[in-house]
Amino acid sequence: MSKKITIKSLPDPEYFVGHKACGGCGGSLVVRWVLKVLGERCFVVVPAGCMSAVGFIFPQMAFGVNAMIAPFAATGAVLSGIAAAIRARDDLKDVHVVGFAGDGATADIGLQSLSGALDRREKIIYICYDNEAYMNTGVQKSGATPWGARTSTSAAGFRPAIGAPKKDLLRVAAAHGIPYAATASVGHPADFLKKIQKAAAVDGPSFLHVYAPCPTGWGCASDSTIRLGKSVVDTGLWPLAEYDHGALRITRSPAKFDPLSSYLGEQARFRSLSEDDVAALATIRDEAWKALRAWERETP
Amino acid sequence: MSTLAFLSGNEAVAEGVRLARPRVVAAYPITPQTGVVERLSEMVDDGELAAQFVHVESEHSALSLVMGSCATGVRTFTATSSQGLLYMAEILYYSSGGRYPLVMMNANRALALPWNIYGDHSDSLALISSGWIQAYAEDAQESLDMIIQAYAVAEDPAVRTPVLVNLDGFVLTHTYESVSVPDQAEVDAFLPPPDLPAGFPGTFNLDRPQSLGITAGPGDYTVFKYLQHRDMLAAGEVIRATGRRFAQSFGRGCSELIERYRSDDAEIIIVTLGSVAGTVRVVVDQLRAAGIAAGLLRIRYLRPFPARELDAALFGEQRTARVHAVGVLEKDISFGHQGSVATEVKAALYDLAAERALAPPRVVNFVAGLGGHDISREQIADLFARLASAGQTTADGRIGRAGAANFIGLEGYVKKNHH
Repeated sequence: MSKKITIKSLPDPEYFVGHKACGGCGGSLVVRWVLKVLGERCFVVVPAGCMSAVGFIFPQMAFGVNAMIAPFAATGAVLSGIAAAIRARDDLKDVHVVGFAGDGATADIGLQSLSGALDRREKIIYICYDNEAYMNTGVQKSGATPWGARTSTSAAGFRPAIGAPKKDLLRVAAAHGIPYAATASVGHPADFLKKIQKAAAVDGPSFLHVYAPCPTGWGCASDSTIRLGKSVVDTGLWPLAEYDHGALRITRSPAKFDPLSSYLGEQARFRSLSEDDVAALATIRDEAWKALRAWERETP
Repeated sequence: MSTLAFLSGNEAVAEGVRLARPRVVAAYPITPQTGVVERLSEMVDDGELAAQFVHVESEHSALSLVMGSCATGVRTFTATSSQGLLYMAEILYYSSGGRYPLVMMNANRALALPWNIYGDHSDSLALISSGWIQAYAEDAQESLDMIIQAYAVAEDPAVRTPVLVNLDGFVLTHTYESVSVPDQAEVDAFLPPPDLPAGFPGTFNLDRPQSLGITAGPGDYTVFKYLQHRDMLAAGEVIRATGRRFAQSFGRGCSELIERYRSDDAEIIIVTLGSVAGTVRVVVDQLRAAGIAAGLLRIRYLRPFPARELDAALFGEQRTARVHAVGVLEKDISFGHQGSVATEVKAALYDLAAERALAPPRVVNFVAGLGGHDISREQIADLFARLASAGQTTADGRIGRAGAANFIGLEGYVKKNHH
């Protein structure tokens, strides 16, 4: 992977094809692009969730690289086990150990094993494709569901007593002092591809938190995936940033945010939000950006 | 040449693991297993064991991690106990279904609540259907020997099934004995190399990428589960053959799934497992000296179930006396029924007796040693007396009733609450 890969030079080989993901699935796009960049010498770990449910149905296997379903809570541990075996063997060079886990498998049930893997400085790439709920089981609220979103376990919209931004996985990862952590969005492939290559190049763990729409669960058109992936960034709800060897850098800094309604209005899951709710969300967003900019200023 | 060492059960396990040369060891502490991973960490630091020693964040991660390593084609080890074994319960089923040839040591310990760190078999017996071969060691020597043999059995291409080697917490894990430790060359000649051969089923392959840990619909799922069951049954013969080969190489050890002791002419027999067998053996000798035909059957492997050995021990041609009654002495209770081992033995006897058109012997379940409660020689002698009088009405009504779990060691409760 010495040559830089851009959208124009994205390699032709497909390593995730023939799967049963829904139309417009952001998660499967993440897997496809990442594997195009990393190539065939990959060991992939996918926990229980959409990508494992659509990619490993015997006898039709959708992965063109070595891949394995991990127990739901154990993505970080199985990745670590592969990394340890690679260290033990002297015949496995120039390989990537990469995990693709959903937001529930990362922010909720798998947080413990992710923390262990990051803390041990395992040479792994951990990618969280975030579709903001437990989609595989039918759209239940997860630790990454945004305030106000309707899920099948929050029919009136998820409204904790105190409004807050969703769990900040970038900070969680960065707090482990790992070499590289970043956010990305399927709506900004150029930025995403750069970050995949940075993540693959570091010696140690890297973490990517990728916005990945789920039209089925969100109640939006299946051709809205990329549009929403841009809109979520332009409205300031999904900052693009990277934590690179101790320094936080915002990789796309909108001069001013698009109105939230331009993003929320397209998705049935936000239909219950009142004007006041949207105004409250804007305040939460602004506070989050203030903190993010402060973090960027504080770091070397 | 082997050397003689004074080792605890935990240390004997660590020596066995060192000699098997795993490439990855996942370590998480829990009493009374911790001594194993502590010793292994010293061995790695001292260069005696060339393994990646990984400190994990939970037992769930420990077993998941070695599964990932095994998928990448290397021999592994981890160890646990009690709450830890149950915390990783999901992964026991997962790894056996994935046919990963893992070896794990379990220090048998009671389950909370109430909290209790001492030995009983509630933990491993709760997971008897998890698809792991279950071995129970009686002493430190057998612990070391079983660990080495476990790798040979698990990695046999016809078996490809993980092995759980169980040691009684404290009584065995923390008790020191004289143990013969083989030298490395002898074990290297006995075991396959610690890197699984290229193309070993269920492992990654860069030349021919593999999808592992797959999903299967109802029809295919049934086939996969049947194959798992078939190969677990076939493991019995591999365990025996491995035991015979071990005996040839190292000059010791039982190769059968059940070890018989003075049982062929015994009329009353105790079936048990683990370290308490040593005490039962002493009592059998005492009773024999007094002219009482007592015997012992020690279950060494509970999975695969030792039906063949049970049949031979109780109905085989070598028998010179009819069995009057069998007592199953075990350190667990399946609440609302009986001990798990008794129900297993009874179910097997029902089938075996039917095949031979014989009435099965009376089987009495004795539940003892819970939470590390001592099981004395006197208590065991009393159990044999109860077996001798099984089927008769005695004055004090202390007959072990078939079909019920008979708790041993309730004297304190009876004294406090009823007298």
